[in-house]
Amino acid sequence: MISLAGRDILHSWGKFVLTGIGLGLLIGVTLSMAGIYRGMVDDAQALLDNSGADLWVVQQDTQGPYAESSSLRDDVVRSVLGLPGVVRAANVTYLTMQVRLSQGQGKVREGHEVRAMIVGFEPGQPGEPGYLVAGRHITRSHYEAVADVRTGFALGDRIRIRRHDYTVVGLTQRMVSSGGDPMVFIPLKDAQEAQFLKDNDAILNDRARTAANPALNRPGVPGLLEAIQASQAANHNVNAVLVQVRPGVPAESVAEPIRRWKHLEAYTRAQMEEILVAKLIATSARQIAMFLVILAVVSAAIVAFIIYTMTLGKIREIAVLKLIGTRNRIIAGMILQQALGLGLIGFIVGKVAATLWAPIFPKYVLLEPGDAVRGLAAVMLICALASTLAIRAALKVDPAAAIGG
Amino acid sequence: MIEAGIRIEGLRKRYGQGDTAVDALKDVNMVVAPGEVVGLIGPSGSGKSTLLKCLGAVIEPTAGRMILGGQAIYDDGWKIPDLRALRRDSIGFVFQAPYLIPFLDVTDNVALLPMLAGRPNAEARARALELLTALDVGHRAKAQPSELSGGEQQRVSIARALVNRPPVILADEPTAPLDSERALVVVRILNQMATQYHTAIIVVTHDEKIIPTFKRIYHIRDGRTEEEAGQGLIL
Repeated sequence: MISLAGRDILHSWGKFVLTGIGLGLLIGVTLSMAGIYRGMVDDAQALLDNSGADLWVVQQDTQGPYAESSSLRDDVVRSVLGLPGVVRAANVTYLTMQVRLSQGQGKVREGHEVRAMIVGFEPGQPGEPGYLVAGRHITRSHYEAVADVRTGFALGDRIRIRRHDYTVVGLTQRMVSSGGDPMVFIPLKDAQEAQFLKDNDAILNDRARTAANPALNRPGVPGLLEAIQASQAANHNVNAVLVQVRPGVPAESVAEPIRRWKHLEAYTRAQMEEILVAKLIATSARQIAMFLVILAVVSAAIVAFIIYTMTLGKIREIAVLKLIGTRNRIIAGMILQQALGLGLIGFIVGKVAATLWAPIFPKYVLLEPGDAVRGLAAVMLICALASTLAIRAALKVDPAAAIGG
Repeated sequence: MIEAGIRIEGLRKRYGQGDTAVDALKDVNMVVAPGEVVGLIGPSGSGKSTLLKCLGAVIEPTAGRMILGGQAIYDDGWKIPDLRALRRDSIGFVFQAPYLIPFLDVTDNVALLPMLAGRPNAEARARALELLTALDVGHRAKAQPSELSGGEQQRVSIARALVNRPPVILADEPTAPLDSERALVVVRILNQMATQYHTAIIVVTHDEKIIPTFKRIYHIRDGRTEEEAGQGLIL
């Protein structure tokens, strides 16, 4: 038996392919939405992988440093280092801000701004960028930076962070925040200053206020005012302490005494992943899921209308087919195969389109093969369900309609 | 008594019930011998199409008896469980418009019926080609229906009606869209095929050009048939 659906598709392939392309672009958007969600999850995991930490020690009662703000004294790291099972521990700061190019060497023009996460780290310690695609690591104590390639900055560029210019000495890749912003790594001291130090006017005003306060500026206590002012201008805070534990030692066994005795919060890798994936991007994930549902419904409606319209255009032929003895299942099969064929063309177009336009997205779009397989199954299912409307119409056709009168 | 290709006795068909009931067929009696072509004529609304639909097993008569190819298909109720298979294997249809399947080529339009009946594709196509050649459209076997002239399309539809060698062909105004010359060609072909394949053919027509070609004609008026001798002009 010949394939009636195949012949019909071949007969009007132009119309069929154009319709499939239209549907495919919609499917491409759907696949991209799924890819955006996967990209967000992957960004979160990349952030955790790149930190090189087994434990994140943060301010008590916070879920920092990525999901909430957290502030610790920078000497906490010493007491953490003294705990059994800890191999390395280091202070880090995270600050998301606009970074401006003040003097460019590459393609990006001066004045170009990019939203980036500024990471303050100690060279050779957890938090340092794992590998570079160009240039070198930071070797000076101040004013050098390593930037992710997605910032658009090039080696030798001078970038402005708060009050100082930094020279980009290295480039790294896939170093992004949980929000997908590329990272810029600078020395910890500079990052502390960028995050916590006030501007000159504010410092002057604070000093004047302190000097005017008789409780802090006592005539009989020489050096008190200077000590207080020095304390006010000093930066001894960080956002988190990244901890590496000895191989074979459960991270939780190190986290527990930190929580109990240090009055701090400590998260293991699994807990931090839970915070990033299940909490930080939960709303975005629900938003995307809602989009996916709407797109699926729209796709189903489009396929249903197209197949229904195509079937209505063949009512006379269907009546003739029924009159000459064609079984209902052959007619239903023809319509079902056409719907599936349309879905297949649409899926192929959608997959190609999504693959082509994914790199253009400003944030990472991860198109997983598993999602593609699930997408194909969903498209086929939607097309099969959508074809029922047309099948119903076709089965209702009276074979007597082929005979006049 | 002839061995009837088609025998209809006291056929009645009523649409609706009660006060709104309409008797489309009141008392239809017909006999068509194998190899014979008879004309069925009558004014609009006289019941021609209803009779064809009853004979084509697409609507159920109210009462009476129908025998096709020696097999009683209706006797105050259907006697055949699978009417679809009956239409496929025992009845050929030729329509006013050819109604070829536009997405199948000429050969497959004809071969589709034997394929539906479970014949292998190659055998079905060979049989289709044989008929197309006999009907002088073998050279258009690979063409699409839209590439054929009206006369060629009608020949293909005749080939489709004949391909399963049915004992009965029902032709509904088969020459309506054709000019005189082509209309007579179609009637000649129907006569040849009826003779060659011993098929009983009923041709419903209004076409004055072809009415003189029938040896026997049934007039249908107000749901009743009357037989009369035709001129039987030799084509």
